[in-house]
Amino acid sequence: MHAPRSQNYLNATVGIRSWLLTTDHKRIALLYFAGITFFFLIGGIAATLIRLELITPQPDLGSPDFYNRLFTMHGIIMVWFFLIPSIPTTMGNFMIPLMIGARDLAFPRLNLLSWYLYIAGGLITIAALLLGGVDTGWTFYEPYSTFYATGYLILAVFGIFVAGFSSILTGLNFIVTVHKLRAPGMTWYRLPVFVWSTYATSLILVLATPVLAMTLLMLLAERVLHVGIVSPQRGGDPLLFQHMFWFYSHPAVYIMILPSMGVISEVVPCFSGKPLFGYYFVVWCSIAIAAIGFLVWGHHMFVAGMSLYASLAFSFLSYLVAVPSAIKVFNWVATMHEGWIRFDAPMLYAFGFIGLFTIGGLTGLMLAALAVDVQVTDTYFVVAHFHYIMVGGAVMGFFAGLHYWWPKISGRLYPDYWARFAAILAFFGFNLTFFPQFILGYLGMPRRYQSYPPEFQIWNVLSSAGASILAVGYALPLFYLAWSILKGPRASADPWGATGLEWTTSSPPPTKNFPKIPTVIRPPYQYDQGVPCTQSKDG
Amino acid sequence: MHGFPWWPPTASAYATRVNFLFSSLLIIAALTVGLVIFLLAFFATKYRHGSNAVRHQPTKKTWRWEVGWTTASLLIFVGLAVWGGDLYVHLYNPPPNAMQIFIVGKQWMWKAQHPGGQREIDELHVPVDEDVRLVMASQDVIHSFFIPALRIKQDVVPGRYETMWFRADKVGRYHLFCAEYCGTDHAHMGGWIYVMSPRDFADWLQAQGGQQTLAAQGERLFRSYGCSGCHEPGGTVRAPSLEGVFGGPVPLSDGSVVTADEHYIRDSILNPQAQVAAGYQPVMPTFAGQISEDDLAKLVAYIESVGPKRSGAR
Repeated sequence: MHAPRSQNYLNATVGIRSWLLTTDHKRIALLYFAGITFFFLIGGIAATLIRLELITPQPDLGSPDFYNRLFTMHGIIMVWFFLIPSIPTTMGNFMIPLMIGARDLAFPRLNLLSWYLYIAGGLITIAALLLGGVDTGWTFYEPYSTFYATGYLILAVFGIFVAGFSSILTGLNFIVTVHKLRAPGMTWYRLPVFVWSTYATSLILVLATPVLAMTLLMLLAERVLHVGIVSPQRGGDPLLFQHMFWFYSHPAVYIMILPSMGVISEVVPCFSGKPLFGYYFVVWCSIAIAAIGFLVWGHHMFVAGMSLYASLAFSFLSYLVAVPSAIKVFNWVATMHEGWIRFDAPMLYAFGFIGLFTIGGLTGLMLAALAVDVQVTDTYFVVAHFHYIMVGGAVMGFFAGLHYWWPKISGRLYPDYWARFAAILAFFGFNLTFFPQFILGYLGMPRRYQSYPPEFQIWNVLSSAGASILAVGYALPLFYLAWSILKGPRASADPWGATGLEWTTSSPPPTKNFPKIPTVIRPPYQYDQGVPCTQSKDG
Repeated sequence: MHGFPWWPPTASAYATRVNFLFSSLLIIAALTVGLVIFLLAFFATKYRHGSNAVRHQPTKKTWRWEVGWTTASLLIFVGLAVWGGDLYVHLYNPPPNAMQIFIVGKQWMWKAQHPGGQREIDELHVPVDEDVRLVMASQDVIHSFFIPALRIKQDVVPGRYETMWFRADKVGRYHLFCAEYCGTDHAHMGGWIYVMSPRDFADWLQAQGGQQTLAAQGERLFRSYGCSGCHEPGGTVRAPSLEGVFGGPVPLSDGSVVTADEHYIRDSILNPQAQVAAGYQPVMPTFAGQISEDDLAKLVAYIESVGPKRSGAR
């Protein structure tokens, strides 16, 4: 624009080397944004093809083997290369040092290594999927994977294995950073909830991901080295594989949703102009979810041939883990009571999150009821349920955070009208896509079916129609955010009237984040009659 | 297209009870979602920025609310866990005199063997108002036997028997699916369950032809595989007689006692060294990889038929 802007992390150095060899957490976050967007696009294309295929009851686009590869690719890419890294590696990477008043993460070079591991793992997996694909589903159940799977299973599994180290190192980095690099006065109970929930997520990343690595190694040992562990053909037990797999993959759901809950806990107080209701409860609910989340994996196996008593215990524990999630929803709603509520795009995404997450959670309660689970497990009911949590919840939270922090990240404002339109479109598109799948599920339509009985068609048509709307809702931000980088008005340091330390520094922040390390004098989310009181005394 | 089917057919008393639980959960969910959406809309309207609604100082004693809704959630959740679990336990308690059908799953078909020796593929004919127990095995990967109209589903894990039972109470034709992904033709691994009136069922059995019963076929195998050489009086090797064994307790050489159900018989044929009957030497060779699931089912049916009176094989 007119006057040359002061130096910031974006223009401090130039050239491709300055990006690929950077150790600045903010630049690494942008590298992750590029990766996340790429993998979301690939996974989204697979999803689009799946919904196209399912418009009619008979095969249309390709053979059954093609369809099996399609949903496997969708699952693998979306779970390991989009959802799990999505918020922590982008907004977590960018915001945690800013929110706690630090100049960077504890281990900046480890942070860059994590990105390279993530990209390497992703490219290996993409190569496997392009060379011939994988037909196991993202769950790799045994003995199918050892004896009957075709395609490039070993390569894909190796890619996921590599990317797992990115998760572990990122989690480790965040834990050490939160422990050691908080600014003076930033006590644990003055930490914003986003930091707490990313911290809880990091605990899961560090504790659960190694179990995934072991599980994948077991699979490789069986398939490549012919060691009998989990296949009855070699004297193993297939349920052992499922126990190990879900011991990681259930906590992985909380890796996806906890950071989104953190984002919502930032957005709701900001746009309500009020402190977060029940800060301590929300904080400890994050920790409780991370802890109890390790004890519920068996609810994926109620019809798998597990003991009756194991099922009863896992059902009870699954209800227990729902309590802290319910508490959070009530706290967000209560925060709005007697507030000064504004309806900017981040808040609309947050509304969407609360509504969709509530539906996802309540259908989770239905699944935890053993007799109902017997009917709807492995059907579209489960597909709808986890998409409400992971897409309605985690992705809505991702977009809420993206729109909330975009002015800080890019230094630019986006057109709010378009952003609100995209939020509303995504909300309606999402419900039209996934609500019919609940009905399909109770009717009994199994998942992973390319062809299905004709009476199920109407709900599949509605679902596919919804998917086309959802796709537009997700694609729009790509355009107006790109526009904002080129033409958007400059953002002030605190465009929303928020209270966190990240809003006390300029937008975009300087390379070292703060001219001087701030001193924190009060808890987060303090408002006086809707007017923000920032956490540091300089702010 | 076929209109808007929104509720599956319900063909057993158990399915009706699942409907009731599911409907109750739906109502609880609808009320909760309704409350959350109402509060969001109400607060968003009343306390929108610029409205002149009265705002007090933010409440400090939030813990009363927290304890309130935590307790309420917990109590409701525990209630639901007990309700769902109670119904589920029902699935694990088959009535003693159920008619027994052997099911074998393989890529990509379901094979059924009736006690009378009748066989069918991707179809299952059963009589109405009668307890039916399925003993299921898989020849390759994990499959899942799923009958939506009866609200029952069970994964069939290779290497062991899984069981499931039902009592259909409505004559009709219902979907049978494989619910666990099993490869290329997973979506085509299924067919129909026919619930028939007793007379129609008897006619159907008749029409399948006059083959030997499953137990009789098993007896023939018992001789051709050489089992009878040891397990019948006068054998060359001392082995336990199998008459009257089925369903009763078997003391093992390690001092423990197992029940001689179909799981035990199956394991004893395929992995005889694992559980050796007390007083006998572990000399029996394994038959793993030599006997198909179909033949195993016949052998089990035979051993069951020479057991004490259990009218499982009618």
